[in-house]
Amino acid sequence: MNWVIDLIGGPQTVIAIAKVLIVFASLLVLMILVVWAERRILADMQARIGPNRWGPFGLLQTLADGIKLITKEDFRPQLADRWTYAAAPVIAAVASFLAFAVVPFGDEVTIAGHRIDFILSDLNIGLLFFLAAGSIGVYGVALAGWSSGSKYPLLGAVRASAQMISYEIALGLSLIPIVLVSGSLSTKAIVAAQAGSVQNVTFFDGIPVLESISRYFEYVPNWYIWSQWPAFLIFLIAGIAETNRAPFDLPEAESELVAGYMTEYGGAKFLMFFLGEYLHIVTVSAMAVTLFFGGWNGPAPDFLGWVWPLAWFLFKTGLFVYLFVWLRATLPRLRYDRLMWLGWKRLIPASLLWIAVTAVVNIDNAQLSRNWKLGAFGVMFAVVMVWVGKGDPRLRSAVSPQRRLDGTT
Amino acid sequence: MTVSREELVGRLEADGQGAFVEWFDETDERMVINMGPVHPSTHGVLRLLLTLDGETVLECKPIIGYLHTGMEKECEDQTWRAAITIVTRMDYLAPFFNEQAYSLAVEKLLDIEVPPRGKYIRSLITEMNRLSSHLVAFGTQGLDMGAMSAMFYGFREREVILDFFEMVTGLRMNNNYFLPGGVWEDLPEDWERAARTIVEMMKRRVEEYEQLITENPIFLERTKGIGAITTEEALALGATGPILRATGYDWDLRRDMPYDAFEDGLSFSVPVAAEGDVYARYKVRIAEIRESTKLVEQLIDRMPSGDHKNMDPKITHPPRDELNRSMEAVIHHFKLSTQGYTVPPGETYAAVESPRGELGVYAISDGGSSPYRCHVRDPSFVNLQSLGPMARGGLVADLISTIASVDPVMGGVDR
Repeated sequence: MNWVIDLIGGPQTVIAIAKVLIVFASLLVLMILVVWAERRILADMQARIGPNRWGPFGLLQTLADGIKLITKEDFRPQLADRWTYAAAPVIAAVASFLAFAVVPFGDEVTIAGHRIDFILSDLNIGLLFFLAAGSIGVYGVALAGWSSGSKYPLLGAVRASAQMISYEIALGLSLIPIVLVSGSLSTKAIVAAQAGSVQNVTFFDGIPVLESISRYFEYVPNWYIWSQWPAFLIFLIAGIAETNRAPFDLPEAESELVAGYMTEYGGAKFLMFFLGEYLHIVTVSAMAVTLFFGGWNGPAPDFLGWVWPLAWFLFKTGLFVYLFVWLRATLPRLRYDRLMWLGWKRLIPASLLWIAVTAVVNIDNAQLSRNWKLGAFGVMFAVVMVWVGKGDPRLRSAVSPQRRLDGTT
Repeated sequence: MTVSREELVGRLEADGQGAFVEWFDETDERMVINMGPVHPSTHGVLRLLLTLDGETVLECKPIIGYLHTGMEKECEDQTWRAAITIVTRMDYLAPFFNEQAYSLAVEKLLDIEVPPRGKYIRSLITEMNRLSSHLVAFGTQGLDMGAMSAMFYGFREREVILDFFEMVTGLRMNNNYFLPGGVWEDLPEDWERAARTIVEMMKRRVEEYEQLITENPIFLERTKGIGAITTEEALALGATGPILRATGYDWDLRRDMPYDAFEDGLSFSVPVAAEGDVYARYKVRIAEIRESTKLVEQLIDRMPSGDHKNMDPKITHPPRDELNRSMEAVIHHFKLSTQGYTVPPGETYAAVESPRGELGVYAISDGGSSPYRCHVRDPSFVNLQSLGPMARGGLVADLISTIASVDPVMGGVDR
């Protein structure tokens, strides 16, 4: 037996392969659960019942839907570009799976003398990898729309490319403050930096109300959300836009573009897009948990040490998935030009400012007194808030579009 | 060999396919695209031929006729009484208004009176119907803009109202309940409790809708200043109902040309907005839901007793139990059921304020027992032509919310 292990590169390789297989299978099962959960939660919010026939609580409904999609005829529109049309869904699905490689989903565990990290690959450029995988996903969407040889998918793909590229910038910029405060691009290190509780907060010393509550800080987990919530908001908005979910689901805007870039897809190919989208949701949720909510950190009893971090991670991620569904049930869809406005004119400047704020506050320079830092923090915070909250002047004047077209205003 | 656009269009038109031409012009980068007749948000089988520059709509041409089944013509083969089964199927979201307009027209020709209770029942049912129709308008407006929960909430309440219709008429849609001279059956025993439940429910739920949608910034962005037309344009295009009132023109047939129970001076206000855009139309509809709720309440309170229909045996069927006792009743029943009644020669127009605007019936009688002509002026059909001016210059997304705000019912458009 040992010679086989040695042949393929030692125990670490075996562990890596096993991890990949286990995570891949778990993600597929998780997808079934997420889709089921979305349908049930959505149904509950909309005064409906939702799937409840197949399996307990309708749990197997998604599985049945998947089997149906896989066994459907694999057709291709006559005008479609053959290979691109086939490759696009694969790219979309693979990119989503790739992004999960850098998500730490639990603490490490030692089995038979071998240390096993609960992360597929602890890259030292983990965050960059996450962004890169997201960028590859754009190719899937753009190529799908372009290669379908049809007009609605084309419109959807144009929208999708513009949206995903714009929001990727905001997404990337919102991660920089985290890198600044944690000093690492590795997701594992970022989670490790958020362990324990907030203690010895000296930042607010001397401010009467805040000082008096600082003794409770030892019960507060040391998550980045407390200091980095503006970055979190930007990350969340950009992340929802990255996943093409409501209210940013313009690329597949059902009521406008039929199904957007996947209009001409059916069967197994459609399933891949579907899988990719829901996986993307899970990945963005997991990333939000990892970066801002302490990852797998959480109170745990002494027994079964490896289960609790995993459970905490799944629990927190689940809350974010719930948030995604909640948003879908509540909000109308943004219009394309408004989406671009929000991305370029609000989120990107806001994230740039926030990077500056974070840099100033965390500056390690004895010559800069705390009051200076606090003052700079306050001023920049006010600027961010005023700018973001100012709103669009066009909304106030409400110029009618045909008058804009006629050029009378 | 390249084919010029003109040549291509000419060839296709020669084949009788001119209407299906889609093309992309590489010189001015314009795209002609078909939206519909099979599209999720064209409210049935409406087809729009769009000329797009990017996503900006340069021209929007509604093409109709995909649901045409010749209903008006079919009316001419029915007796005056039986034609109601046809007209009720036209605007299927507001079936009672079709029946009411038709009944009013036939009553004018016959020159008969409707007893007060009949009038009040009609008005009660139609105001309920206005609620259910506006609920669909609210729901589809939300759904078309991506807020799909709105649709489920709207349909949840509509279901309760349809249950009331079922209780009163036996059917949820296409009820065939009104008839010239009144209504077919009196209200069932516990109608009042059911109706008051609906009033209470609507008062509470309208507030919920407003909280969910009305002040939502995304909703405001997508509706304010979108698809706007002026009062002059609306009048020139013949638009009525919420579209006209949203431009600031204060016109409501219930108040200005009263019919049925509105002749008795019920107190209600006509909501008017000034902007003429999608948001104004939405606000007008929500306000009308409130007003109709008030009206339903008043009509319940003031419901008179007495006959529910004109008891002239030449016009309406005798009560069922009389058939066992009276030979005359059997004769009347037989005559009405086999050949119906004749209507004196003449022509008339009667209009009601349907949820979509002025719904009128122009009926001509040649003295026979079936209509010589029964033309229906359906508000959906007339309002639809204002879609072109509304959509011009907006984005595709604006067009979607504009269609929803026009609220066309294709059954009414293609009669």
